[in-house]
Amino acid sequence: MSAFQQNPATGTMTPKIRIRGLSKSFGAKLVLDGVDLDVAPGTSMVVIGGSGSGKSVLLKCVLGLIEPDAGTIEIDGKNLLAMDRSDREATRAHIGMLFQNGALFDSLPVWENVAFGLLAQKLVTRDEAKDRAIGVLGQVGLAGSVGDLWPAELSGGMQKRVALARAIAAQPDILFFDEPTTGLDPIMGAVIDGLIVDCVKRLGSTAVAITHDMISAARIGDQAAMIHKGKIVWQGPAKSLMTSGNDMVDQFTHGRREGPIQMELRK
Amino acid sequence: MTAALDLLATIGRFVLGACQATGQLTLFALAGLSHIVRPPFYPRAFGRAMLEIGYLSLPVVALTAVFTGMVLALQSSTGLSRFSADSAIASLVVLSVTRELGPVLGALMVAGRVGAAMAAEIGTMRVTDQIDALTTLQTNPMKYLVAPRLLAGLIALPLLVLVADILGVLGGFIIATLKLNFSAATYLNNTINFVQADDVISGLAKAAVFGFLISLMGCYHGYNSKGGAQGVGAATTAAVVTASVLILAFDYVLTELFFAR
Repeated sequence: MSAFQQNPATGTMTPKIRIRGLSKSFGAKLVLDGVDLDVAPGTSMVVIGGSGSGKSVLLKCVLGLIEPDAGTIEIDGKNLLAMDRSDREATRAHIGMLFQNGALFDSLPVWENVAFGLLAQKLVTRDEAKDRAIGVLGQVGLAGSVGDLWPAELSGGMQKRVALARAIAAQPDILFFDEPTTGLDPIMGAVIDGLIVDCVKRLGSTAVAITHDMISAARIGDQAAMIHKGKIVWQGPAKSLMTSGNDMVDQFTHGRREGPIQMELRK
Repeated sequence: MTAALDLLATIGRFVLGACQATGQLTLFALAGLSHIVRPPFYPRAFGRAMLEIGYLSLPVVALTAVFTGMVLALQSSTGLSRFSADSAIASLVVLSVTRELGPVLGALMVAGRVGAAMAAEIGTMRVTDQIDALTTLQTNPMKYLVAPRLLAGLIALPLLVLVADILGVLGGFIIATLKLNFSAATYLNNTINFVQADDVISGLAKAAVFGFLISLMGCYHGYNSKGGAQGVGAATTAAVVTASVLILAFDYVLTELFFAR
């Protein structure tokens, strides 16, 4: 399969997500320093990097939660940052997001959490939304009865599954995963990774996951990229992560203290 | 010379910070108000806010009003009897309760109960990414979280204060008839004859402004909270303190507006 979709008008290949020169500073701190990244349609891209390397900020820029200082973000060849507000919101309606800690709404029962996006877009009635939510809960391995529980009544693994169900409920074209296995035991981590792979495959979506869990990265990703100090320092197939030949990737994936990446310790 | 410059710099920083905070708060309030009148609307979120601000605050406001009316009747009896003006107790109680004590004490109690809860809930949503999650689910957080609460504050507090007015007068009536030996008919006649529509309406108008301020402070501080539990705690405290101070400050401004000659 080709890595990129052919644009019939221009004959050129269009990535699903194309990021060019993306920069973002918070005060004097430069967090993203001209990030360039392409994600081909239907692939799963894993972005790895240490804490504070800019992974989450990159994701939040694409999601519109943070306004970048410079650069372009193209979805299907259209620059998100140049669109008017309604077009931007319509484009982002096709993006699902799994937050690191689930970010489930405490004040709503599980089914309403899952169906929140459907109800917000007024795509279905409340009764239909509940039926759809229970169906999606089934896809992530949860019984329909869980729909009537409250998020506080669920274990960490169940919360993550519900959050995944919420992310896929509207059948998005693009799925983002922020540290999907953080805080889970290894078995539950493997279960969540398996569900992510299944969901992405079933929906035919393009996925971007940020993680520093190498086992999870290998399970989820087709492609991988490493971000360090706000720049993409390596990009290649996920299966070659452990044997990339790049010093930074090598140090990071093998968890070595010595190498080009120096951890900044606060005094 | 250096010490004087340092002092000047400190004052300058404080003034700039205050101007910035006022500007941010004003923009936040205007954005919240604009979302009240622009669709989509969230009737369920509005209903929940009405329940929280109005119905669930009823017991605490009712108790405050009853005891305030009782204390007012008792205290004014002590003072007025020195001038043989005991008959003015009814009018004093009804005027004090409807114009001032009903709206102000009711609002302060609601600020403590609801303002804190609002800031804590929205603050927790902020630090646990729930507000970001709303945005990714095509829902404007200002529209879903802030606008319904501002509207509920505007509507619920006047309703609460109306109840507080009635119960405050009832508290005075109980003390006047059971302890001060007033005849029930005379006390009620004095109350009804003396109170005017303007007294009640001005109190309800104040309550609407106070309700808006309580919701605004709860939402603003919660929405802008940072960090973890400590940040949410700080937001909660700030919401109650600023709402309480603003209630007293606006009480003066509104009283000047309604009653200054």
